[in-house]
Amino acid sequence: MIVASVISVPQLIVFIVSVVIIAIGGVGLLTARYPVHAALFLVMTLFGVAILFIEEGAEFLAAVQVVVYAGAVVVLFLFVIMLLGVDREEIASFAGDTVRVGLAGVGVVLILAELFVVATGAWATGAHSVAGKLSSGSNIGVLARSVFTTYLLPFELTAALLVIAVVGAVILSRRMGVETTTLDSSPIESGRREVEQ
Amino acid sequence: MTIPGSWYLVVAALLFGLGTFGVLTRRNVIVMFMSVELMLNAVNLTFVTYARMLNDVGGQIAVFFVLVVAAAEVVVGLGIIVAIFRHRATVTVDDISSLKG
Repeated sequence: MIVASVISVPQLIVFIVSVVIIAIGGVGLLTARYPVHAALFLVMTLFGVAILFIEEGAEFLAAVQVVVYAGAVVVLFLFVIMLLGVDREEIASFAGDTVRVGLAGVGVVLILAELFVVATGAWATGAHSVAGKLSSGSNIGVLARSVFTTYLLPFELTAALLVIAVVGAVILSRRMGVETTTLDSSPIESGRREVEQ
Repeated sequence: MTIPGSWYLVVAALLFGLGTFGVLTRRNVIVMFMSVELMLNAVNLTFVTYARMLNDVGGQIAVFFVLVVAAAEVVVGLGIIVAIFRHRATVTVDDISSLKG
């Protein structure tokens, strides 16, 4: 086979192992009955993707992937799961009715078929190195030069986005009515009491 | 010789399909959220693959910004889930149907 003769064996082994890790993690996430197990399978998938990032020469993004996703996002998920105490077994996790699952499956298969056609066709015919050469130095150096020159404004905007997200999360998760104890007859409070009853 | 880029694209497509199926079929909002993260990661893998194939730094920059937006999205989304749980004591989507017409 021509393909096997050109690809170096170590890279092929790393690729196959990480694909197996990704597949086990992804399928496990879908089939896990407890949310905590799903979160741990998510970590597994994210590590597999990080390995693929390294194999493609994106070392910085692999590190960020592990630190931000596995280190922060999944911990946030686990915190919320534990805070809410929702780690109960999901009743009929696959929604029970086969019609809905079947429709979802058909839709996913259609998406996959389309993506396979795109992936095996003429998929990389664009102009090369439009935003700058990737191979002109170390990965972090090239990324930093691009972020702090060409993409400086979007980078500053992400700072604003993160501040907005933090403020929004604090406001959303604050217990409503803690400091407005005098407003007992407010519509929100009475509505909440009705719901709780 | 390195692995051809189309192999990575196929892996990313499969990962995206898994995430889509999870969003469409699971009932727990938190698990649906995790499936969305799966889809975002599949797209990130596609970006990195194209960045390598076209020798273009723009793909990796895009992944960088997707990571930031995903982190912000998770923070706000989990805040909404906590707020909903305070009101309804459930995170099953079938029970959260007040906005239904």
